[in-house]
Amino acid sequence: MRPARLLAALVVLGWPIALSAATHGYPLLDADTDVSSLASLQRGARNVVNYCLGCHSARFMRYSQVATDLALTEEELRDNLMFTGMRVYDTMLTSMPPEQAREWFGNVPPDLSLIARSRGVDYVYTYLKSFYGDPSRPTGANNAVLANTVMPYVLAGLQGVQQPRYEEKPGSNGESVRHLAGLESGTPGELSAEEFDGFVRDTVTFLEYVSEPAKAQRRSLGVWVILYLLMFTAFTYFLKKEYWKDVK
Amino acid sequence: MSSNQSNTAGGGRLKSLGAWVDARFPMTALWKEHMSEYDAPKNFNFWYYFGSIAIFVLALQIFTGIFLTMSYKPSDIEAFGSVEYIMRDVEWGWLIRYLHSTGASAFFIVVYLHMFRALLYGSHRKPRELLWIFGVLIYLALMAEAFMGYLLPWGNMSYWGAQVIVSLFGTFPWIGDALVEWIRGDYYISDITLNRFFALHVVAVPLVLIFLVVAHILALHEVGSNNPDGIEIKKTKGPDGRPLDGVAMHPYYTVKDIYGLSIFLVLFAAVVFFAPELGGFFLEAANFEPANPLLTPEHIAPVWYFTPYYAMLRAVPAFAGTQVWGVLVMFSAILVLFFAPWLDRAPVKSIRYRGPIYKVALMLFAAAFIMLGYCGMKPAEQPFKAMSVIGTIYYFAFFLLMPWYSRIDSHKPVPSRVTS
Amino acid sequence: MGEEIDRGRRQLLTAATTITGAVGVAFAAAPFLASWKPSARAKALGAPVEIDISKLDPGAMLKIVWRGKPVYVVRRTPGMIESLASIEDRLSDPRSDISRQPEYAKNEQRARNPEYFVVLGVCTHLSCAPQNRFGPGASEDGVLSADWPGGFFCPCHGSKFDVAGRVFKGVPAPTNLEIPPYVFIDKQRILIGVDEVRVG
Repeated sequence: MRPARLLAALVVLGWPIALSAATHGYPLLDADTDVSSLASLQRGARNVVNYCLGCHSARFMRYSQVATDLALTEEELRDNLMFTGMRVYDTMLTSMPPEQAREWFGNVPPDLSLIARSRGVDYVYTYLKSFYGDPSRPTGANNAVLANTVMPYVLAGLQGVQQPRYEEKPGSNGESVRHLAGLESGTPGELSAEEFDGFVRDTVTFLEYVSEPAKAQRRSLGVWVILYLLMFTAFTYFLKKEYWKDVK
Repeated sequence: MSSNQSNTAGGGRLKSLGAWVDARFPMTALWKEHMSEYDAPKNFNFWYYFGSIAIFVLALQIFTGIFLTMSYKPSDIEAFGSVEYIMRDVEWGWLIRYLHSTGASAFFIVVYLHMFRALLYGSHRKPRELLWIFGVLIYLALMAEAFMGYLLPWGNMSYWGAQVIVSLFGTFPWIGDALVEWIRGDYYISDITLNRFFALHVVAVPLVLIFLVVAHILALHEVGSNNPDGIEIKKTKGPDGRPLDGVAMHPYYTVKDIYGLSIFLVLFAAVVFFAPELGGFFLEAANFEPANPLLTPEHIAPVWYFTPYYAMLRAVPAFAGTQVWGVLVMFSAILVLFFAPWLDRAPVKSIRYRGPIYKVALMLFAAAFIMLGYCGMKPAEQPFKAMSVIGTIYYFAFFLLMPWYSRIDSHKPVPSRVTS
Repeated sequence: MGEEIDRGRRQLLTAATTITGAVGVAFAAAPFLASWKPSARAKALGAPVEIDISKLDPGAMLKIVWRGKPVYVVRRTPGMIESLASIEDRLSDPRSDISRQPEYAKNEQRARNPEYFVVLGVCTHLSCAPQNRFGPGASEDGVLSADWPGGFFCPCHGSKFDVAGRVFKGVPAPTNLEIPPYVFIDKQRILIGVDEVRVG
């Protein structure tokens, strides 16, 4: 079966090359989330409600589903995560009318239902950590991941205002070009650097959950399905062997 | 799986019911012809699992597809939301959808391996040319099915993928623009396009696929299966008139195929439950954003199973003021498959007895196809452009030079009986 | 054929594989069957609905839709409430023994509060929506006779119910109109669809 082996080798060698595709620009940090951690999800849910839903919606996510998956009672849900006047079956809509958003930001802030899937968990994590003070921008802030973002520095109070560090690099025409090399902590915020990392990680964990509420269930069920299939494979293997004893 | 030789009263009643049906419908005759008395060569190896797995995946796609149709809405306003509705609000909807999306990619993996098997052992050659042609038609129908199905989630990649592929038809001289408008039914990819793709995806193409699969199996059972030795087992028959090197499809290959299927299911379940996106190969990140006619995704590439042809398309430069050449090359790449049985002039079928030229040529062909697939995912820049050109040239050289190199190639003597 | 075939082992393995496979198929079928249950959206749309009764006059009726069915809320006059006792012998199920209602509505008035009558507007015959014919006496269209005490009349097949939704004898409908679960949030608001207001 030499051809089989050769093909297998080609496939095995081929995929990692393709998988390493297309990562350029600002290097992304590892978000290191754990969607099976209820504590992290509950903290993250509160962060998202308090800091995100003022402008963003998560229009496919129902509060009732959040309560079920995060093991919250209806009272805990209402007290901590819901705005007044909402019903538990409602989806997580923003309190900001779209016309107003357009007036303030020039466009409607993106819906967060699938942001962790369309952009990636690491992207959202790095993005939230990479705001810095930039007086040239209307919001007074800029972002290292998404240059000239229209989103304001919402977490500045918690993180403190970071400052950019520039490097001079030779450009294509030989002249020196200023290039954003990294971010440094500037004014202190309410949270320490570690606390802030944890805050953003929890937030992103919740957004990851929101982008696929069935994820934790999918993984835990998958273990049983595969164990069953391995058992079934064992039976079919012995059955096949038994019948093929006839064939000489 | 029992041998139906029960002597109990229940068995007797079952037997008379069987006789009642047989007088009105050829149930037992069909079972014998295609299962219990269909003789398949006894030396099938790993490569012979993929036919039965492909049938399973087709059934799975039809079954899960029917259930998705129950909650999906084919309209530009509702499509994206209805997919998320399936993923969140419908009980177990996420599982049904992942089975279907993973099934689509699995179908192509299985079919590509199944087709490669034919090239390995000469399964497409006389007397199995028509069997091969039905197979290539299945492959074509499958591509149409996958392409139209990909538009349905109405994500941004769906939208722009359809935009690009439909635009290919616009490159034809004279009729191009009218043809594209006719396919879309509108001046852009719109609700109307989505609706007709939906109809074709869930009704028309599946019917064609089922018909072709039946024809494929009937043709197979008419001529009999090839085998890794590439010899006709019908030539050596025992005193009972059945091939000495054959075994009955049932029970021998039913139990073997179930075993192969269960291994496939382990791998399939691993993807469904632990990596349904498979790193962006099976479900692309950009497709988790709704279709946006104003914003093309950064890296627009078709799903992996189309990328070899996409690379060929891009490998051909525009000249004489038109892009149609790339499109023609791409279509020719599939067209040439139909002629494969007649292009091969070697006196032996199986790779086991063929000379070094075909062995090397076929391995390089597999490598070139994978390389083309890889280039098709990458942006159109160097070195991928050069690799695409080389891959495309090799792809055609493999087929078009086959009449020449397959004739001058050496070959080993073929045994009269199958080897184990 | 080589050595002796071990039929026992073969049958055992066939049975084991078949049973394991059948169990697997059953488990695989369950999600597909479960996907037909009301989805989260259906549940959201079928969630309890609130109705404001502060502007409802005595003798008048409000209609709202809950889970795709009409729900009637009637503010009964003292006269209507009194009439309930006098017609019991003309009813099929005056004590609502075979009819469907929550425990708190299984009384003569079929209500939590005799003044406010909440009922599903679905005829127990073939699910048409009965009309309110609260005025007693013969009707102009001739379908109601002079002894009509006021109540609901179903236009489809002529079933008649009193102002507590209790069915009269001799009409096609077999049981009284169904009472949905409901609860008073306060004096002005009724919540249709649940038996009690959850705290919070």
